[in-house]
Amino acid sequence: MKHTIIAAGLSVVAGAAFAQTPVLTVYTYDSFVSDWGPGPAVEEAFEATCGCDLQFVGAGDGAALLARLRLEGESTEADIVLGLDTNLTAAARETGLFAPHGITPDGLTLPIAWDDAEFLPFDWGYFAFVHDTALANVPGDFEALAASDISIVIQDPRSSTPGLGLLMWVEAAYGDGAGEIWEGLADNIVTVTPGWSEAYGLFLEGEADMVLSYTTSPAYHLIAEEDPSKTAAAFAEGHYMQVEVAGMLAGTDQPELAQAFLSFMLTPEFQEVIPTTNWMYPAALPASALPEGFETLVQPSQALLLSPEDAAARRDEALATWQAALSR
Amino acid sequence: MASRAQPLGAIHWTGAVLAALVALAVLGPLGAVMLRASWPPTLGPADWAAIRFTLLQAALSALVSVTLAIPVARALARRDFAGRRVLVTLMGAPFLLPVIVAVLGLLAVFGRAGWANDLLAALGAARVDVYGLQGIVLAHVFLNLPLAVRLILQGWQAVPSERIRLATSLGFSTADMRRQFERPILRAVLPGAALLIFLICTTSFAVALILGGGPSSTTVELAIYQAFRFDFDLGRAALLGLVQVAICLGAGALAFGAIRGHEVGAGLDRPALPWPGDTRVARALDAAAILAATGFLLLPLAAVLLKGLPALTGLPPVVWEAALRSIILALASTALAVALALPIALLVTRLRRPGLVEGLAFLTIAVSPLVIGTGLFLLIRSVTNPIPLALPVTGMVNALVALPFLLRALVPAAMEAEATQGRLAEALGMRGLARLRHAILPRLRRPLGFGAGLAAAFSMGDLGVIALFSTPGQGTLPLEMYRLMGSYRTDDAQGAAVLLMALTLALFWAFDRGGRLDAVTR
Repeated sequence: MKHTIIAAGLSVVAGAAFAQTPVLTVYTYDSFVSDWGPGPAVEEAFEATCGCDLQFVGAGDGAALLARLRLEGESTEADIVLGLDTNLTAAARETGLFAPHGITPDGLTLPIAWDDAEFLPFDWGYFAFVHDTALANVPGDFEALAASDISIVIQDPRSSTPGLGLLMWVEAAYGDGAGEIWEGLADNIVTVTPGWSEAYGLFLEGEADMVLSYTTSPAYHLIAEEDPSKTAAAFAEGHYMQVEVAGMLAGTDQPELAQAFLSFMLTPEFQEVIPTTNWMYPAALPASALPEGFETLVQPSQALLLSPEDAAARRDEALATWQAALSR
Repeated sequence: MASRAQPLGAIHWTGAVLAALVALAVLGPLGAVMLRASWPPTLGPADWAAIRFTLLQAALSALVSVTLAIPVARALARRDFAGRRVLVTLMGAPFLLPVIVAVLGLLAVFGRAGWANDLLAALGAARVDVYGLQGIVLAHVFLNLPLAVRLILQGWQAVPSERIRLATSLGFSTADMRRQFERPILRAVLPGAALLIFLICTTSFAVALILGGGPSSTTVELAIYQAFRFDFDLGRAALLGLVQVAICLGAGALAFGAIRGHEVGAGLDRPALPWPGDTRVARALDAAAILAATGFLLLPLAAVLLKGLPALTGLPPVVWEAALRSIILALASTALAVALALPIALLVTRLRRPGLVEGLAFLTIAVSPLVIGTGLFLLIRSVTNPIPLALPVTGMVNALVALPFLLRALVPAAMEAEATQGRLAEALGMRGLARLRHAILPRLRRPLGFGAGLAAAFSMGDLGVIALFSTPGQGTLPLEMYRLMGSYRTDDAQGAAVLLMALTLALFWAFDRGGRLDAVTR
């Protein structure tokens, strides 16, 4: 601890003294920088080539990240923001703080086309209801789920990005019929948690049959715990995607370095870290390069994703529908 | 009460300055958020619904907590048995745990797949659904009953055993005891204890959301989250923060107005035995109260322990580093909290309307940590880079949040010390530091130890504002535990929870015990 304080103090002094080593500051969500996330490996790999000091700053989750950036405005220390998803990029773009990345991404392996001047994807996943393989009568779509007595735990869209993802999933699949789906789901929902961790924890404790997570979640149990007992339910409507992106700030004092980082982000060195740290699909890595076990995961028939503008425009109304249906 | 004619000494002026600084530390960040907002902010119908629901659940939680705490505290005060001290310490654990750990423990017992429901099912009864308002109240009672018991127990223990002996020789009945001792005690301690728990529950976020079952259980704290993160409406967030200030001051005025001081001397931490008017029925009821509370509070903790113990030895090194960091942070926070609390408590004893100053200090728990953290971030950022300051700022905020607990423990004792020792000290011409050292402080040892223990445990177990500032290599133990949970490592997270529970209890026990040493050796 004392060493940490001293080290922190020294690094401030050192930062001033050795100003010739350029510093690239990357704001990201907390679980990216944790010892179990991709942060440490990514930092090591990039610093080996860039002749720079890559500094991660963690801030909650994707939504907290955007709030932080809005608070700081143009005077932000960030050169890169990494970890927003497409439900947030419209609002992020609107701040005017982001610069075009100027990169033509080759070899993207997303199931959708990508064309965004400011943001580049680094990983993605399908939202899905994860359950135990022992569960009987697994529903095949939202209507079957609503009609069943299967219990689920979901996250609150107001405080959680997966929660917002589910809101958009129902919105993308059912549009004006979303309210009816939510009313039907109301008696299946055990509870609504503030974040993903709490919901997943409750599911593992046996409080519900299924939890809103990702199709890639079972890969963790399979690969890290050698436990094949978790799987995800394939829904006929298709599965909404979460695409996580990064962008560089217009006010950065290290534009070349920032661009170099964004290019690095789509190289195998970065991408290969993702599957077994973030437990998501890398955005630019062929399926053949995925770790063993990923081939067992459920493959949705259809990928659903609202454009950032659509997602932003329909968000408030979708939330009001959700609240009204579940408050009954 | 203290002799009013006494002039305020240096220590009291220090207390006044510190109290002003504490209020500033809450209102300053709130103002900083407001300055960044676009005006005029407005509250929608959903916000008002959230305010109503918050008041309802917090009032219910406080009421049930203190009501249930009375028989438990009374039983603990009147009975002696092997392991009583250990039990009193252990029973405090739920209050000291990070919320998510406590909730998971509680659900292991009362959840859909919990032991209690399994038992009901085995008996052929219907399973009980814990989610909803009843779940929120259940969890808040679980978290706060220990605090209520300790605060009320302190009131009982303040009765000198000489008086109990006198009552015995006078042949007091149960009704006499109630009128002469118990009602005055309760009138002195209940409003403060209820207020503290009410305010803790008004800023409840994760508990209310997880156990509330859905958006109809939206609290003010969640509305603030939504304003910040979902709508980025700083004005609404700040306005909701102001509503919390108003709730705090309103509830404070009500509660402190209801407090009636009582003049009894300080006692030893020994049950006053035999209790006058004791009967077999009373003994059985006391035993039942203690057993019920023990089961309710300790079963969920046992669940946490059972799940986490196997992972304890295999915890990654980063968790142990974080544990060390958290201990040092907790000690620093405690030192700061005590340094703030002592002068403020002494000042409060000299005021004609003591509730006002203590009420100001209560703002630190009544106003959203998200608003205060964000405001502090904005304030610090206008001067320097906040990121290297993450740990010191977390320590400072933890100390501020612990302040009301320390004050609630200290103020009644300080008033008594002034009342019982003040006149003698005055007669002896003792002033200033000498008076403090010889007449007042010895009487404050026990509440100081208890309060410092609460402060240390709180700082240890609370996630605090570190989550807003976090950078790699600065994680505290609660933060690392959340990170483990957030990266699927549930087993390790449960191990970390056990480590956290053990360290928190050990810190609390060390301080609490330290404060009682004089009583033990006497």
